[in-house]
Amino acid sequence: MIMDLEKKFAHIKGWGVDADPKNEPTYPMKKYTGDDHQRLNWERPEEQPVTVEILHSNERPGLPAVFGTSTPPSGLSGNIRRFAFKYSESSYGHWLPLLLADRVNVVEGIIDDLRKGHVPNIFAEKGYKAAWTHNRAGVIKKVAITALATTALILLWKSGKAKKR
Amino acid sequence: MLAMNYRGPFRVRAEQKPAPEILHPEDAIVRVLRSCICGSDLHLYHGLVPDTRVGTTFGHEFIGIVEDIGPGVKNLKVGDKVLVPFNIACGKCAFCKQELFGNCHESNPEATAVGGIYGYSHTAGGFDGGQAEYVRVPYADVGPVIIPEDMDPDDAVLLTDVVPTGYQAAEMGGIKKGDTVVVFGAGPVGIMAAKCAWLFGAGRVIVIDHIEYRLDFVRKYAQCEAYNFRSMEDPVVFLKKTTDWFGADVCIDAVGGDAAGNAMQTITGRKLMLQAGSATALHWAINSVKKGGIVSIVGVYGPTDNLIPIGNVVNKGITIRANQASVKRLLPRLIEHIRSGYIDPKAIISHRVPLEEVADAYHIFSAKLDNCIKPILIPPSARQ
Ligand SMILES: NC(=O)c1ccc[n+]([C@@H]2O[C@H](COP(=O)([O-])OP(=O)(O)OC[C@H]3O[C@@H](n4cnc5c(N)ncnc54)[C@H](O)[C@@H]3O)[C@@H](O)[C@H]2O)c1
Ligand SMILES: [Zn+2]
Ligand SMILES: [Zn+2]
Repeated sequence: MIMDLEKKFAHIKGWGVDADPKNEPTYPMKKYTGDDHQRLNWERPEEQPVTVEILHSNERPGLPAVFGTSTPPSGLSGNIRRFAFKYSESSYGHWLPLLLADRVNVVEGIIDDLRKGHVPNIFAEKGYKAAWTHNRAGVIKKVAITALATTALILLWKSGKAKKR
Repeated sequence: MLAMNYRGPFRVRAEQKPAPEILHPEDAIVRVLRSCICGSDLHLYHGLVPDTRVGTTFGHEFIGIVEDIGPGVKNLKVGDKVLVPFNIACGKCAFCKQELFGNCHESNPEATAVGGIYGYSHTAGGFDGGQAEYVRVPYADVGPVIIPEDMDPDDAVLLTDVVPTGYQAAEMGGIKKGDTVVVFGAGPVGIMAAKCAWLFGAGRVIVIDHIEYRLDFVRKYAQCEAYNFRSMEDPVVFLKKTTDWFGADVCIDAVGGDAAGNAMQTITGRKLMLQAGSATALHWAINSVKKGGIVSIVGVYGPTDNLIPIGNVVNKGITIRANQASVKRLLPRLIEHIRSGYIDPKAIISHRVPLEEVADAYHIFSAKLDNCIKPILIPPSARQ
């Protein structure tokens, strides 16, 4: 039967080259070394000096030997992130504040841009040049919907004001 | 140097920032020749991954030239042309020793559930990534591999993630000769998983997506069947029926948290973010695999929770296998496969974009415009 399969798939280059009958769903156990029972006591790489603030999961005793130093926590979003790291990766108390911090960080990013005298070109950042080339109808639809919604909101707001009077 | 700079969901730009420096004796600095945008970057771009900080540079798929090395680096020298696996791995911890290079315990302070990944938020270690002119590469003796003379750089850059991930997706499926394998997702990863399923002896490979041009592409590239889930009333019933009402032997989730196809999942997972992305494809995978079958997950989800039919996993006796690809472990075999002509990675590259136009590249890839399959970014210093 297997011979039949080989014939049937002769047109597919490499068919079956990695078919090993022992390819059971056992990975990673098949590379098991026994080191797991030594827990975290492997011979550690040299530790990277800490030059910026690094938050670390409370599910580990300290920092790993290397870490990224990009964009350390700062401002209000930084405070929210510090708070989030009081909670474990198993807790909403960790992830929800982090998502909030991400959104706050976007506003901080715009303020930071303006402070440096740079008005962010949000259309360019969203890739509208490409959208205009490859999906003009989509862009027009989006602009039309936004304009309609804005007009409706303004009208609603005005009529509300009129009623109050 | 010029680098991609994240400004918020759906907003990125190319901007000058200080070039990286050696911060650890085992670091190298690599000058990037090309880097890709990955479906994983889209989860960041869409704002789905917590602790994605404004000002960071994404990019975990890149190749380049070693510009500088720390005093502890022995296997690389300045001038070497290297491909850099997306996992940052120490090679010494208990997980690395088991070749679980995607699960290293010495590269990510912010989370224990995942190892360090270049340019993949602080939840994956807070490293700046390769969509830039230069990158800091920690543990330079462990991850990077010198690109063989005879290898096309476009093939090399796809070996940093897409090819190993697709291959591992098929490998984790425990495919037996003649098995019917269903792959959800016809993005770069799903395409590669479909291709590799044959190498493990699949008897039938079916890909499910809803983007017609991608279905057309995978049909030809991976010599498989491909169907649009929008044209089915219920993909699970479709797959049951087409497997003689038995269920597929193996299902692969190559979609992850940006899945479409179920309004409830989309609203709770992608719009309101009440779950860690939408789990539509995984839901379908669990429900369309046979009893006792295997579901292999490489699609990426956020760190909180997802709505999946776990009761069916129990009742059907399904084995779930999942991981970040262990790129380094698979490279020797995959380099052989490329040489033998079994896999042709570079054929999936659809767009070459100057790094300066990174915002357009993200938009095209995210919105699936212009028949985009896989975009690569070329930094100015690599174009001279
Ligand atoms: N585990 C790893 O090591 C690893 C590595 C790389 C990528 N990934 C993940 O793999 C996934 C795919 O990556 P990609 O680069 O191919 O991304 P992609 O966004 O280009 O492709 C995803 C495809 O899934 C399709 N899709 C959406 N909803 C679907 C559904 N319900 N059923 C079937 N198809 C559906 C989309 O139309 C798209 O074509 C992502 O989640 C990415 O994060 C994981
Ligand atoms: Zn990737
Ligand atoms: Zn390690």
